[in-house]
Amino acid sequence: MKKGVNNLKDLKWKVGGAQGEGIDSTGEIFAITLNRMGYYLFAYRHFMSLIKGGHTNYKVRIASQPVHYHGDDLDILLAFDQRTIDENFHELKDGSILIYDSSKLKEAKIPDQGKKVNVCPIPIYDIAQQLGNSIMKNMVAAGASCAAVGLEPSVFHEVIEGIFQKKGENIINANKEAIKKGYDYYKENFNFKLELPEKTGKPNKNLFMTGNEGIGLGALTAGCRFLAAYPITPATEIMYNALAHFPRFGGKIIQAEDEIAACLMAIGGNYAGVRSMTSTSGPGLSLMMEALGLAGISETPLVIVDVQRGGPATGLPTKTEQSDLNEMIYGSHGEIPRIVITPTTAEEAFYYIQHAFNLAEKYQCPVIVGTDMFMGMSKKSISDLDFGKIKINRDEIISDEELQKIEKGMFKRYNLETKTGISPRSIPGQKNGRYVALGNEHEETGYEIEDPETRVKMMDKRMRKLKHFDPSEIGIYFSGEDQFDILLIGFGSTFAQIDEAYQELKEKGEKVAHLQVKVVYPFPRKIVGEQIQKAAKVFVVDHNATGQLRQLIQKEVGYHEKLTSILKYDGNPFSVREIVNGVLGKGVNA
Amino acid sequence: MATLKDFRVSEKATWCPGCGHFTVLAALQAASANLGIEPYNMVLVSGIGCSGKISQHFGSYGFHSLHGRTLPVATGVQLNNHDLVVVAAGGDGDGYGIGIGHFMHALRRNIDMTYIVMDNHIYGLTTGQTSPTSHRGFKSKTSPAGSAEEPVRPVQTAIINGASFVAQAFSGDVKQMTRIMEEAIRHKGFSLINAFSPCVTFNKVNTYDWFKENIYNLDEIIDYDPTDKFAALRVLEDHGSVVTGVIYQEERPVYHEAMIGATKDPTVKLDLTLQAEEIEAIKNSLR
Ligand SMILES: Cc1ncc(C[n+]2csc(CCOP(=O)(O)OP(=O)(O)O)c2C)c(N)n1
Ligand code: SF4
Repeated sequence: MKKGVNNLKDLKWKVGGAQGEGIDSTGEIFAITLNRMGYYLFAYRHFMSLIKGGHTNYKVRIASQPVHYHGDDLDILLAFDQRTIDENFHELKDGSILIYDSSKLKEAKIPDQGKKVNVCPIPIYDIAQQLGNSIMKNMVAAGASCAAVGLEPSVFHEVIEGIFQKKGENIINANKEAIKKGYDYYKENFNFKLELPEKTGKPNKNLFMTGNEGIGLGALTAGCRFLAAYPITPATEIMYNALAHFPRFGGKIIQAEDEIAACLMAIGGNYAGVRSMTSTSGPGLSLMMEALGLAGISETPLVIVDVQRGGPATGLPTKTEQSDLNEMIYGSHGEIPRIVITPTTAEEAFYYIQHAFNLAEKYQCPVIVGTDMFMGMSKKSISDLDFGKIKINRDEIISDEELQKIEKGMFKRYNLETKTGISPRSIPGQKNGRYVALGNEHEETGYEIEDPETRVKMMDKRMRKLKHFDPSEIGIYFSGEDQFDILLIGFGSTFAQIDEAYQELKEKGEKVAHLQVKVVYPFPRKIVGEQIQKAAKVFVVDHNATGQLRQLIQKEVGYHEKLTSILKYDGNPFSVREIVNGVLGKGVNA
Repeated sequence: MATLKDFRVSEKATWCPGCGHFTVLAALQAASANLGIEPYNMVLVSGIGCSGKISQHFGSYGFHSLHGRTLPVATGVQLNNHDLVVVAAGGDGDGYGIGIGHFMHALRRNIDMTYIVMDNHIYGLTTGQTSPTSHRGFKSKTSPAGSAEEPVRPVQTAIINGASFVAQAFSGDVKQMTRIMEEAIRHKGFSLINAFSPCVTFNKVNTYDWFKENIYNLDEIIDYDPTDKFAALRVLEDHGSVVTGVIYQEERPVYHEAMIGATKDPTVKLDLTLQAEEIEAIKNSLR
């Protein structure tokens, strides 16, 4: 064993191969097992926009404390084909392990990058075949991985029993045998192993969840009972999650004919009094723009989740990016009040969707929740979720008693007299609450108008609604001393890598602080402005090509001369090194 | 109980004098009152166009949505509160042009609602352009040499693709239209009423007189069987689609009873609290 590896705070493992070959399930089996044991994991899936033949990999970072990012480098690479070696070898570090399937890949070409990698050929496919079914090669691989990190093969038994419960004893035993065979082969042929970090979580306690699952379950807990959506990577999993959990609580899911319909159905559902949402990604969001304006002017609550991916058009459908920020904030014709929330982690997605529903109903306007593929489809260990922390607050719905007091036919749905601009709404079925929700400009009872005076008043009323909303109440993350030179700013999921870059820069002796914006619109101008004022230099980490967050900061708070963009738009998540290098002036790709 | 008066609003409708849409409004008001519906238990979703204004002139809850988008909005309303009477209304441009995709899917799903299309074979509100139901050769501002397109056949489309109630009515016959609306609302499932509703300002071809001359009224056919799909298609074919009455009707499962998560009580009336053991089960699914 190489010296020093004992001190690893984390261990990174990756399995890769041709798409459609069970790479994901190999990764899942390994990850779920370790999660159940009490390790903290972050699992990232890399895949391509084709079903068979592309390259896919599944990377797991195992740590002693919660982690939100899969890490820049790699300790163990499990390769089912040459392409996996070619595309991932550069991540391996000194003393790492490369296991490859030598059944078909008789002589793997190992690049020489001047580092010491322990190469372990194992006939994974052949072993599985001998056991009766080549499909079990993922179990053989899991067994070998288990030996490489010093675990006993029995740790997998519970997971195997769960997966194959319905298929019977024989299948369960065969899979257990496959794991043992992989384990034994590694033990008998190779004598180096890497040690796992200390295990700090309780067994069978940690949850293992994606951002998409966080959204689905958070929405359910927040009282959402209707999801209308149209399939699109990487948002479709929100539909799957809703399908798995909503129906038990009377929640309904409809696969609409397109995103236009999905968004309008969600508007209809909200109008009818049920918390309703739609989930999509970039191209779908573009189709919803007309409906977004309708929700704004008719003052109908609406929640849209945009799991961003690489754009424009169908751009990079299976890759991550944060380039819909401008569309979320400015998209659609005309002017409406809206709120854009950008949670930073999977568990925050769970908690923050409650704000989306509460705000949508309070301010009667669209609320867009912007996540991205990196957060949406990556899985992470979470010590616990507190469902009790989610509050349902629907107080802008008028009561039946109040409606009784109003003269019949006189309910002013769009009452101009309220100070806040928020006029309580009625729900169809409520007596005396009749009104017409209108996409056309209208007067107080919901009748179309065109006179300039009413138009201006109504426009002002709508725009007034958000004046009382302080985005920093909901969320802004700040870490750092009172005094600092360098300020790092990001929004959404880049929190993970910025946080680690921040730690690293601090260790290097830099006076640095980290601010992560979680509500990007209305922009938390005051707090961001105050922190930027203190800094000598501000680095805005933007997962897009044009620095959309930087532009927004410039527009909202100024300080143009202090701001520098750290950009990335190649489809992959930021690495910590890229951010550190960006700050140290070495160029992102140094 | 609600009366006709309850379905009226104080605001006067702004359609041109003689516009067919007045009759559609009057018939819907009469039908709703006759059926004893309470206006607060009814939602009228409309699109854009002269036709779209109907929701503002009708005394129930309403949603004046977007051009061509009545059906998804109405679907969202209906699926979340199936105790409501949901009616969608729009024009031929609205429903068969920009909105034809939604039309196909709402009827395929058999959403329990009534969809009234005020078909004047022209775009009214945008001042007289060719519509998807304009006949071949129809001259308008956008087809000065006469339309080169075949018209959409909405009623046939609805029958073939799964609407469970298909009828046509004519603004020149308010009595028949009222009766058809009553039947359509009473019908459980997606009901299409294609209502011939002449535009007196821009369509000088398909006038009241033209319709009167061409209409084949099924009410006058003693042995017409609306459950016979092929007979329905044949009668439409034989009479250039200008047929009024209930053309086709069938019983089939409605979407809100068949969809995932279907509940007896409407969604809007459900309790939202999650019990502790349910939360634990959800957590377990993530371990
Ligand atoms: C997206 C969009 N495109 C175009 C329009 C303009 N527009 C308003 S009404 C209308 C046509 C209405 O015709 P029809 O639906 O036949 O109703 P009618 O006015 O004849 O009753 C059009 C094209 C619009 N409102 N929205
Ligand atoms: S333009 Fe035609 S459709 Fe519009 S109100 Fe006048 S007559 Fe009716």
